Amino acid sequence: MHTRPTVRFLLPLLSAGLLASAVHTASAAETLTVYTYDSFTAEWGPGPQVETAFEAECGCDLRFVSVADGVALLNRLRLEGGNTDADIVLGLDTNLVAEARDSGFFAPHGISLDAVSVPGGWDDDVFVPFDYGHFAIVYDTETIENPPASMAEFLENEDGHKIAIQDPRTSTPGLGLMLWLKKLHGDEAPDAYAKLADRVLTVTPGWSEAYGLFTNGEVSMVLSYTTSPAYHMIVEETGRYQAMAFEEGHYLQIEVAAQTTTGAENPLAAQFLSFMTGPGFQDVIPETNWMMPAGETSKPLNPAFDALVEPENSLLFDPQTVADNRAAWTAEWLDVMSR
Amino acid sequence: MKGLPVTCDGLKFRYGADAPPMRFDCTFAPRTITAVMGPSGSGKSTLLSLIAGFERAASGRILIGDENITAHAPGQRPVSCVFQDNNLFAHLDVATNVALGISPDRKRSTEERSRVAAALEAVNLAGYDARMPGSMSGGERQRVAIARALVRERPVLLLDEAFGSLGPALRDTMLDLVADLQRRTAMTVIMVSHDPADARRIATDLVFLKDGTVAAQGPVGELLDGHANAEVNAYLGSQRVPS
Amino acid sequence: MTGTKARLGPLAGAALAGGLLAILCVVAVGALVMQAGGAEGAGAVLADPVVWRTVRFTLWQAFWSTVLSVGLALPVAIAVTRMADGPVRRAVLALFALPLALPQIVAVLGVVALYGQRGFVTGLAERAGFDPPSIYGLTGILIAHTFFNLPLAARIMHGALAVMPAEHERLSAQLGIGPLARFRLVEWPAMRPVAAGAAALVFMLCVTSFAVVLILGGGPRATTLEVALYQALTFDFDIVRAVVLTLLQLAVTIGAVALFAFAGGSVEAGMTIAAGSSRRFAGGRSSGALLGGGLTLVAVLYVGAPFAAILAGGMASDLTGLIAQPRIQRAMLTSLGLGLCAAVLAVGLAYALSRGAVALAARRRFSGGANITETMLTSAPSLILVVPPIVIAAGWFIALRTVTNVYDAAPYLVITINAAMAMPFAARLIHPAMLAAEERNGRLSAHLGLAGTARWRLVTWPVLRAPLVAALAFALALSLGDLGVIALFGSEQVQTMPYLIMQRMGAYRTQDAAGLALILMIMTMALMLAAEHFARRSQTTEPEGNSE
Repeated sequence: MHTRPTVRFLLPLLSAGLLASAVHTASAAETLTVYTYDSFTAEWGPGPQVETAFEAECGCDLRFVSVADGVALLNRLRLEGGNTDADIVLGLDTNLVAEARDSGFFAPHGISLDAVSVPGGWDDDVFVPFDYGHFAIVYDTETIENPPASMAEFLENEDGHKIAIQDPRTSTPGLGLMLWLKKLHGDEAPDAYAKLADRVLTVTPGWSEAYGLFTNGEVSMVLSYTTSPAYHMIVEETGRYQAMAFEEGHYLQIEVAAQTTTGAENPLAAQFLSFMTGPGFQDVIPETNWMMPAGETSKPLNPAFDALVEPENSLLFDPQTVADNRAAWTAEWLDVMSR
Repeated sequence: MKGLPVTCDGLKFRYGADAPPMRFDCTFAPRTITAVMGPSGSGKSTLLSLIAGFERAASGRILIGDENITAHAPGQRPVSCVFQDNNLFAHLDVATNVALGISPDRKRSTEERSRVAAALEAVNLAGYDARMPGSMSGGERQRVAIARALVRERPVLLLDEAFGSLGPALRDTMLDLVADLQRRTAMTVIMVSHDPADARRIATDLVFLKDGTVAAQGPVGELLDGHANAEVNAYLGSQRVPS
Repeated sequence: MTGTKARLGPLAGAALAGGLLAILCVVAVGALVMQAGGAEGAGAVLADPVVWRTVRFTLWQAFWSTVLSVGLALPVAIAVTRMADGPVRRAVLALFALPLALPQIVAVLGVVALYGQRGFVTGLAERAGFDPPSIYGLTGILIAHTFFNLPLAARIMHGALAVMPAEHERLSAQLGIGPLARFRLVEWPAMRPVAAGAAALVFMLCVTSFAVVLILGGGPRATTLEVALYQALTFDFDIVRAVVLTLLQLAVTIGAVALFAFAGGSVEAGMTIAAGSSRRFAGGRSSGALLGGGLTLVAVLYVGAPFAAILAGGMASDLTGLIAQPRIQRAMLTSLGLGLCAAVLAVGLAYALSRGAVALAARRRFSGGANITETMLTSAPSLILVVPPIVIAAGWFIALRTVTNVYDAAPYLVITINAAMAMPFAARLIHPAMLAAEERNGRLSAHLGLAGTARWRLVTWPVLRAPLVAALAFALALSLGDLGVIALFGSEQVQTMPYLIMQRMGAYRTQDAAGLALILMIMTMALMLAAEHFARRSQTTEPEGNSE
């Protein structure tokens, strides 16, 4: 009979499926739970090294729980309706800070921000920066030889090369590009969007689809970060992909963490936020999260980072302005882009 | 449409590599009714399918009259078929189903229409033109199929258990109808049947199959009277003597 | 399972299964409505021109996707049916079953590799002097949708042709009816109700299409309700909007499906991978056969090419290195584990529903007359496809959060939702076999007093073993490719293969993603072919009819 081997083959799979759900029910007494996005906890991300370093310092158990991205982080808290396991939420960006503050899920950090260093400075009683990056248009040097030197030149250019961008309704970089143009053009932004629309091949829901189209050679340009070329230079040892330096300046993204009201009762939470601003955490960031460290590192960064575009002007709206205008500005963008 | 003889000459066939081989050698006399009998699986329907062209023989020849039709497509063979079931297209009315025997065109000439009417009358279904098959009895549907065979005017008619699902009285009526039409048109009729009574009623000759070959052939009376052939006797059992 | 099933009456079991599905949908929508806390803002959503533009585009792309898929599938189905039965036709039918089980994201990458700006086909066209238009926009959506749905529709309609009485085909040949007249007189009447059903199914799948529209749409111009719904639920966290969009989408899909049903089809028809195997007569080499062969070849190339692209992309990655990674092995096991649980549940639900329908059919044979309950039991499987999984997922998320930690419930939700979505396909495999088994053995079993375990062991299991295994593998493959539900619940604890693919794509690791896509494709293919194999065996074990 051949039914038996089948059963013997299937049973371990069945138990694997059930085990997967049972894995995280065990927890130690001294535990810090951190919600973050999943590329942070991937084996190549900062998560594993941060966990080792912090657990050595605190003698506790650091538990990461990951969701898809920064936006999903805040939604996760909203879906949980304030009844969360999270002590720390790590990975919100500046554009979400105002809404996050209004949600009432977060508590003041109460730590010193002296070690924090981000362009334009930082002063906030709830949110603590852990890295930052500038949005940039990354291009393929094999197809584009003379990249434009300004946003204006990029928008006017008619060389036929196309760009993949992200949708501001679903993606942080997409929102960043929209705010970038808004910051540069103010009320004239719709004209800029219209010019941009002519250069766009497709608008993807997230960063990964756009970047995938870019590395597959489908487009010559993609909206990403000034730090993206560092990945290709360090990991893939190629200088093929570079960022365009725009003289008007680049829009800034700062990634922050905060303790929740739950975390405010866990002393480990404040300890983690302090640790986050120091070298034990910051050393890991550049070559795992591919962003700039928001605090001091114990040794100089890989020389590849020195070769990156370093914007002289950092552009940024304050979080409240973004929160107040996001819906209207997105509608304006949508109106132009759907024509 | 005068009937022609049908000859199967060393006709070899098998359904698959692991299916038993079949071989047919037999002759069906022109202008007569020949019954084909044999146990289940002996190859009765296969033989008809080979003659009609639904199956292709691995080797051997099929002659109808003097013409070798072994390689002809089904539509080019001078035969008509009536199956046990599904002879009619359920979504087409009776007249259209019959007219398909003349041509599949939508439009029909007056001459064609009168041929259809005549055929329906010949099978005692005059006036049934506009009826749908779903509203008719099994016997009526088979009559429509026979009417279609009539308008086709082919010299050979193949009946594959055509009346197998009808009751005894109705079956006899249908057999008599076939015999009557055969007399009028002088077709060659080859009729697969389970029941020796069918053969006794209208057939002149009998081809008896067993295990994919022709075990006996000859006049019905001789083969069915219980003395000629041991295989036939074994098949007939207690029905050796007509009741 | 056998013990409880035996004690549970078939109708009670079917009611239980149907109730479970109903609860799954009702609780989700109910929770969302409660959370929204009133209709305030609903009017604003419905007054938003963008929403109506989205509805229009949703219907527009779904309409053209359906017309193209079903229209092209029509001649392909006829050509495949006219093909002589053999390894070639079997391979074609197996290939046609594959896209259904392929994760959309993987297929989209394959489509771009072929038809994109730098795609293989685009390159060929350019070398030949053509200037192919960009695929981003409606074109890309249509290409991807036909890739998924043409083979599905072709299989559904081929199924209808395959069960057409063999005599009809023989008659057409004998009466010398040409290919065109044959289509008009014989094939189209047999296909019409099924073609309408296939169209309804394809339309439903296109209305709820997600990844394809997100990536190939080309911009905010091309947004479907499902995308808007996703946006409302994630980036904006606007529940009122999400609920209104959900109800709008339900109305749109149910309306369309009702329209198709009215046109003479049943959606439930034909969602099976078991191909009919009635013996075709050996047709000659007519011009029609050549045309059909050519058409089938084109369809095979069209459907097969993206698979080739995925294969090529995956081969360039470090496959052995990937498989050696514990995290990936765990994801493969998690995918298989979750998929298997979902498949078992799907088969259980399909079994219970089919059993109820069969019991009703058996009862009707004595009392006569049509039965509404029976119709409902057989069409319930397809109705579940109208409800978008993301809505069920979000609704249950909200419903469960007060009761339990959603993380703990996530695997069970993933399993249940995937099971519900795979169940219609499983039912399609099980129901006909069960009906046949009942007709053949039902009275005899009753006569001999066989019941319970004994009946299961002696009568039911031997007949249903193959279709049950086939349904299991098919449901498993469908669940493996799922991303939509996982994306909402995805977490450290539940990492599946599609989730890892997205994760790697999101961290510069496109090469790894291509490798993982290939691994997932191979897993899925192996399961599909296994299902094909068992489905075929279940047919050949049935006794030969009257064809001596």
